[in-house]
Amino acid sequence: MTTAVRVIFVVLYVLLAPLIGALLAGIDRKISARMQRRIGPPVLQPLYDVIKLLKKQVIAVDRSQGFLIVSYMILTVITGCLFFAGVDVLMVFFILGTSSVFLYLAAVVTGSAMSSMGAQRELVQDMAIEPALLFSAVGFYLATGSFEVGSIIGGPVSAIVKMPGFFAAFLFVLTIKMRKSPFDTAQGTHAHQELVKGITTEMGAKNLAYFEITEWYETVLMMAVVAIYIINSHPASIIAAIVVILLVYFLEILIDNTCARLKWKDMLVLSWTVTLISAGVNLILLMVI
Amino acid sequence: MGVIPFLICFPFVAAVLMFCIRVNRIRNAVAYVSAAVIMAATVYLCVQWLIGGAGKIRLYYHTEAADRIILAAELILMCVVTWLCFKYRRWYISFLSIVPTLGIAWLELFGPEMTEYNRIYLDHLSVLMCLIVGIIGSLIVIYAVGYMHGYHHYHTDIPDRRYYFFMVLFLFLGAMFGFVLSADLLWIDFFWEVTSVCSFLLIGYTKLEEAVKNSFRALWMNLLGGTALAAGIIYYALKDGNTDLQTMVWSGSMFQHAALVAVALTAFAALTKAAQMPFSRWLLGAMVAPTPSSALLHSATMVKAGIYVLFRLSPALRGSLAGSMVSFVGGFTFLAASFIAIAQSDAKKVLAMSTISNLGLMTACAGVGRPETIWAGVFLMIFHAISKSLLFQDVGATENSLHSRDVEEMQGLLYRLPRLAIIMFIGICGMYLAPFGMLISKWAALKASVDSRNIILVFFICFGSATTTFYWTKWLGKLIARSSKPVVKDITKTNEMISLGVHTVLMIAVCALFPLLSKIYVDPLVSDMFGEAREVIPTGVLYLLVLLILFFFAVPVLAYVRNKHMAVNRKLSYLSGINTGNNDAFVSAYGDEKKLVVSNLYLTKAFGVRRLMVPCEAITSAVIIVTVAMTIGGAL
Repeated sequence: MTTAVRVIFVVLYVLLAPLIGALLAGIDRKISARMQRRIGPPVLQPLYDVIKLLKKQVIAVDRSQGFLIVSYMILTVITGCLFFAGVDVLMVFFILGTSSVFLYLAAVVTGSAMSSMGAQRELVQDMAIEPALLFSAVGFYLATGSFEVGSIIGGPVSAIVKMPGFFAAFLFVLTIKMRKSPFDTAQGTHAHQELVKGITTEMGAKNLAYFEITEWYETVLMMAVVAIYIINSHPASIIAAIVVILLVYFLEILIDNTCARLKWKDMLVLSWTVTLISAGVNLILLMVI
Repeated sequence: MGVIPFLICFPFVAAVLMFCIRVNRIRNAVAYVSAAVIMAATVYLCVQWLIGGAGKIRLYYHTEAADRIILAAELILMCVVTWLCFKYRRWYISFLSIVPTLGIAWLELFGPEMTEYNRIYLDHLSVLMCLIVGIIGSLIVIYAVGYMHGYHHYHTDIPDRRYYFFMVLFLFLGAMFGFVLSADLLWIDFFWEVTSVCSFLLIGYTKLEEAVKNSFRALWMNLLGGTALAAGIIYYALKDGNTDLQTMVWSGSMFQHAALVAVALTAFAALTKAAQMPFSRWLLGAMVAPTPSSALLHSATMVKAGIYVLFRLSPALRGSLAGSMVSFVGGFTFLAASFIAIAQSDAKKVLAMSTISNLGLMTACAGVGRPETIWAGVFLMIFHAISKSLLFQDVGATENSLHSRDVEEMQGLLYRLPRLAIIMFIGICGMYLAPFGMLISKWAALKASVDSRNIILVFFICFGSATTTFYWTKWLGKLIARSSKPVVKDITKTNEMISLGVHTVLMIAVCALFPLLSKIYVDPLVSDMFGEAREVIPTGVLYLLVLLILFFFAVPVLAYVRNKHMAVNRKLSYLSGINTGNNDAFVSAYGDEKKLVVSNLYLTKAFGVRRLMVPCEAITSAVIIVTVAMTIGGAL
């Protein structure tokens, strides 16, 4: 990739990712509603919600929450930019971990019971996710000989051919990352959360809007990771990638609407087991062969 | 290079002074001056060596007088240990001192004629170790003067034997210098035993029952390592006719059997000193025993002796059975210790487990024995030495003010004890957050273990990285969480603050300057050992990371400044009941007030010491016994 292409990608990510993320979230709500035999809100509803939140007066338990949330947002956007600039995926995943520390801090800084408990669970979720992400990066390196996004997508065959196990593990933790039931322990979109709204309990107005926007950026980043599993040097693979992303997203919605929430312990054990077996076996095969 | 014998001998002189001077004020002054002299001498050595071309330097060929003195000292040491063992009715431990010492004495006096080599060896690695010991060690001495004053002020039940305490501290510093500068295995063995005995004496300082118990545990574990080291040296000397470390490593990297056995035994010894499983308990004991400032001396400097030996051995470990043992034990310890750290709420125990965990990663790096892993390992060592020493001192000072070292008690420390909390915050960030130093090392270690096709190590690092994040973030959150607890009076002494301040500045400087550090120091260090330095992480990426670091600091600051003047209406937090107005209690359904306690997750049932420690020790013991037996069997 030339520098110009990289810059274009980064700019496009910064500008379009929230729109795409909002759209995906809107479609998500629509499909979920249809699955539950409701009509559901308009597709652009998430966007309207956030715009309204941004206009509201700021009421917070603790003033410092604001700057922690903003830091969380900016660091996540930077992580995404690094990814779209085509740098090392391992670094991207490591820095993504750092940005989520800010979300944790933003939740616990209030000292509030509900949001602190949600934050603890968020940490458990991060712990459940990280091995699979790191394994994915290692898998890309073994399959394509490079950690760099630019080289990963430049190969003659798609990475997924050599790393189906990694992909399966990644999909599994994607459900956690996207806060979908059965793994929405820290904060869920469904209205049956025993922790009220978990990690976002004490976030309101702008702070909640920033949180939502960050979620969109993150969703797009995660979908982009799905894409680099698929994309190869052939242009048609881009269409294949889009199809796969839509399928993956639909799968997540389906899982979300058909599974009851698990306890966080089960989530941790399950996700690590899947990572260990699925990605682990794939890793051993790639390393030995 | 007259500064080398000075560096080794001067701390011993200072130790004698410490013992003789019984007036606290005078002794403290002498301790300050001595620490400053040691620091200055270390810097002088470093500068002189850099001016001289920063090459590999071998010194002191004829040292018969020094050899005899060392032998005599070794015998005296043996007598002291034996006497103490009998005094505390643990006579069986004395065998671990008597047998190797007599063996070494026999080798020196009646053994075959040895090929003579130089006694002192100076290269990038030994100078780095000198800097760590000289600067951090001396800072710890300065800190300890203030700390021990406060300690005896509050613990009046414990007899004040500070003259003895500082004597051991200086003895320890001298032994560490001797250890990292020696090229001769007999000398290394002597200084090794001195550090073991010093740690034993420091842990048992208070003479309380627990302290005595822990000190003897440390003693037998370290002496067991010393015995293995002595056995390796004697075997190698008898087979190859010399006692030079570099020659041994070189022969080991050529897969010569005698050297391989010696390397395996030395590596075993290093595992005990680096507190790897199954020998982790002595370091834990050193933390829990009420000898606070020695605890930090251990984790910041002493355990690095084990890592230092492993780095030295690493060319011989590459591809050998002993290397697989070392990398497995290290990787396993990295993961297991980080699990156990999750279940700890005592700050010192968290630090102890994370020390063991990080040492595990360094050990694993040495075991793989490739230039990239040594690069990562050396960085880990630098960052770890600074940040761990910073954290230990900070927790110690916090404990003096807060009268607790429980992480749960630190709720809202940022508002209650701001100075110490900010320093703690920086120390913790340096331990694990991207894009700070530790993470770079983890990254490089992961990359290198993929390159060397070390599957099991990849597993350990991926999972260990996740668990590490968990226990540090938890702690970080506690510091900034709002709390209605009262403000605490900060009684930290100026000398403690000086040491903390210097550490903080060092920490930030090392983080910001690490591409430079990599280029001018760590790359040459690696090529000293392997004859080549490979680019682990491209320099461009390193600079990008520095930019990120700057940004990392800038974002919260900018966001804070911007938000400071924003109009925010305060509200009370949601509590599933009527908030009584202070965010710390609510009215329950029965109409009475319920106090609110917010606590972190510790997963004690799953990750507790009781549950995990024994199985982990069993696994690592089995691996060590099998591989050492196989190496010895293969040579016979």
